Amino acid sequence: MSELHSLNVASALKGLRSGAFSSRELTAAYLQRIEQLNPRLNVFLYVAADSALKAATAADKKLSKSRKTKAKLPPLLGLPIAIKDVLTVAGIPATAGSRILEGFVPSYNATSVQRLLDAGAVILGKTNTDEFAMGSSTENSAYGVVRNPWDEERVPGGSSGGSAAAVAAGLAPVALGTDTGGSVRQPAALCGLTGLKTTYGRVSRYGLIAFGSSLDTVGILARSAQDAAILLNVMAGYDPLDATTLESKAPKVKLDGKATVKGLKIGVPKEYFIEGVQAEVAKGVREAIAHLEGLGAQVREISLPHTEYALPVYYIIAPAEASANLARFDGVRYGLRVEDQNLIDMFSRTRGQGFGPEVKRRLMIGTYALSAGYYDAYYGQAQKVRTLIRRDFEQAFEQVDLIAAPATPSTAFRIGAHTGNPLEMYLEDVFTLPASLAGVPGLSLPAGFDHQGLPLSLQLLGPHFSEERLLQVGHAYQQITDWHTMLPMDLLKA
Amino acid sequence: MSPKYQPVIGLEVHAVLETRSKMFCDCPVVDSTHEQPNVAVCPVCAGMPGMLPVVNRSAVDYALRVALALNCEIHNTSIFARKSYFYPDLPKGFQISQYEQPLATKGWVMVETTEGEQRVGIRRVHMEEDTGKLTHVVKDGQRYSLVDLNRSGVPLLEIVTEPELHSVEAARNCAYTLRSILRYLGVNSGNLEKGLLRIEPNISNRPLGILEFATRVEIKNLNSFRSLERAVSYELARQEALVEKGGVVKQQTLGWDDTRGTTVPQRSKEYAEDYRYLPEPDLPPLVVDPAWVEATRAALPELPHAKRRRFIQDYGLSGYDAGVLVAERETAEFFEAVVMAAKVADAKQTANWITGNLFGLMNEAGTSVTDLLFGPADLAKLLDLVATGELNPAGARQVLAELFAKGGKPAQIVKKHGLKQVSDAKLLRNWVAKALDGNPEQVADYAAGNQPVFNWLFGQVMQTSKGKANPNRLRAELERQLAERSPEGGIR
Repeated sequence: MSELHSLNVASALKGLRSGAFSSRELTAAYLQRIEQLNPRLNVFLYVAADSALKAATAADKKLSKSRKTKAKLPPLLGLPIAIKDVLTVAGIPATAGSRILEGFVPSYNATSVQRLLDAGAVILGKTNTDEFAMGSSTENSAYGVVRNPWDEERVPGGSSGGSAAAVAAGLAPVALGTDTGGSVRQPAALCGLTGLKTTYGRVSRYGLIAFGSSLDTVGILARSAQDAAILLNVMAGYDPLDATTLESKAPKVKLDGKATVKGLKIGVPKEYFIEGVQAEVAKGVREAIAHLEGLGAQVREISLPHTEYALPVYYIIAPAEASANLARFDGVRYGLRVEDQNLIDMFSRTRGQGFGPEVKRRLMIGTYALSAGYYDAYYGQAQKVRTLIRRDFEQAFEQVDLIAAPATPSTAFRIGAHTGNPLEMYLEDVFTLPASLAGVPGLSLPAGFDHQGLPLSLQLLGPHFSEERLLQVGHAYQQITDWHTMLPMDLLKA
Repeated sequence: MSPKYQPVIGLEVHAVLETRSKMFCDCPVVDSTHEQPNVAVCPVCAGMPGMLPVVNRSAVDYALRVALALNCEIHNTSIFARKSYFYPDLPKGFQISQYEQPLATKGWVMVETTEGEQRVGIRRVHMEEDTGKLTHVVKDGQRYSLVDLNRSGVPLLEIVTEPELHSVEAARNCAYTLRSILRYLGVNSGNLEKGLLRIEPNISNRPLGILEFATRVEIKNLNSFRSLERAVSYELARQEALVEKGGVVKQQTLGWDDTRGTTVPQRSKEYAEDYRYLPEPDLPPLVVDPAWVEATRAALPELPHAKRRRFIQDYGLSGYDAGVLVAERETAEFFEAVVMAAKVADAKQTANWITGNLFGLMNEAGTSVTDLLFGPADLAKLLDLVATGELNPAGARQVLAELFAKGGKPAQIVKKHGLKQVSDAKLLRNWVAKALDGNPEQVADYAAGNQPVFNWLFGQVMQTSKGKANPNRLRAELERQLAERSPEGGIR
């Protein structure tokens, strides 16, 4: 049997049910590995060891009881999980990767977290992130950069870099992330994981510390499409606490192995194979698409003509919303407060010291874009172009069932490679931003390795609420490939 | 006002929608002037990270009632927007309000003035949330502020009139009419002192014959109708004097100092003029479908203006009496219930008794119709006793006073105090004879032409009867006996 920490969700749940190992053993194995590797990787900002072991013990009681009574068990009972530190867990510090929230302990669970807890999951801790999820490398975290388990000199991507590295390094079997412009799909791609960005409105944002409210989604970083499906089934669906959630009853995703790839129409957008994309990345995507063709998919080239506007549109809309969302961090009620003579100086100093440079940059961009006299030219115009981008997808999905494209222009880059040039960093998300603006779901799938041994990835995009199809195709792909089962060898030896 | 200028006044009214829970969370709406601080607060209305607003349907329902009562065009889709500014009483750093697409626009309200009825335009009606409250304290030489978030997120309705009011009276009456409508609809109790209703006039003076508006000022924190009137008068006079001296009116927000009776520039709350409005991404557009609108319209109560018109028409009341009676829905309903229950007394008499004697008692005690210890049927019975002559007005006032103080049944009170009116001719004859015998000087005076002495004598007999004498019969008997005793056989 493989070591406990390299199990995926499906096999971990199976082992827990059968009694092959207890939740306490499984949880302890992860905690031990976190203790061993976290100093190297800087993945966890907070490890909830005591409460995790307590929850695991409680889960074990139910598990052993049910083995006698055959009682129906909550679907994730005893499963350890890591949570990105922009989702709140009651009683556990929440920082959003920022100094400004230092010392803040929320009294409430995010709905996504609550549903995992209700399903019996055991929370290991909170993972590192770019400050307020603003970044593509976790280099913007106030608590230091996360190391990519495949090459510790490289970034894991971001902003859910901590969650991605945790799963890739075997510090958690699965983790929650959030995706506003690519923050699940991009780190999944850079860490060789299956990363699901959900449809906007499918999983509640209640308890998600907001960045761009019209773009923020909860996502999953997993070792397989099947694992992602297991978590999605628990979290999806209407939440009375989030007015933007839809579907009163979310259909459960079933992955039955009899994949539906045959006859599936897959579109490959020409705008995603442009100059600046690493040759190996493009090749990896083409090969993955060829695999799908081999499963019976019909592949054709399509066009998403407004793709090039996604980046400028995103960098108006997301910062504009952020400038309002982050106004609450004023030092009055919680988190950091830097005292001064008067109110305005207290606000300024608190925010001046509490926010890092990238957050400040975006708050200034957003504030400017919403200012009287500029609103129409920037925010108003961006909203119009956003509609065109959404229409691109709508029109594409009239012709094809899914879209296949690269998730990132490159494999994991070196720490510090782009920190001097924000625009270069922004370009990392050029292939994930359009789907975020359209609100459609996306899935990153491991698709091999480049010549340096860094993970390659395929991004699948589907119409609103098409997670089931995305995961089915991902699952089918993972039946004939084994990229998703590979783990970073250096760390396995550790 | 000087005939050289025409006052141009508009009102911006903020009314707390007195729903059970707040605008965007489950917290109860409490009396923030009395309740302990921060007892009605949750992560949502405290602006904690990750919290989301969810619209309170009942607040929308209340808002819709008002918009319809003000004859507005209802927008089936309206948009919430974030209005950003930094202040410690605003936990999110923005207020959720409505900006470009409000719930309703283009309404009107009829306002009575001494010059007649005026139709005043309503520019817009929109929903928003209230802010928290700051208390500034000094302790041990340290100045600091305390934040109470009980009020944070309480639903507010903003009503903006067109600047079509041209006198202090019109402004006051418009404000009063709006208050009356809000109260009729059961959405707001109309309390200015507690800040449940906030009336902020904007005021300018324009030279007669000029169409353009002059620069206006806004006045905040008026906590009574009296201060509204005083502030508007003061400001019109100040602006006129300023302009006459060659000065220029500055556009600004002023506060009202009730003690000194002057307007004062307000300490600015907003450090930026630019609110950076942003459509609220956490809330989908608010859809109020036509069926909802029609159901709400159908359920609207009869509003003061229509009621007043009906009272004049159906009951023959004067415009003034009708106006007084309809000002409060409860009073109007009480009045109608008395009229319905009365068998003999008519509506006019009923109106007189309510607006006269009953209002007198209520004003003295500082109570309202809803506090009465007796019902409309009791007052109807009392007025019937007067109308049938079984009780004279003086006795009736005594009965009313007791009803008001202790409650009870009119017939029993009459009986208990022996107040039943005496119309017995023999008894009246004896009382009058006794009074005249005992006061020969006055009788002589009267005979000499001193007419007012009649009333004095009348009072004497009334006293003897302990107020029970039927006044009409007494008057007749007194006249008869005085004439008998007059040397010239009476001086009529």
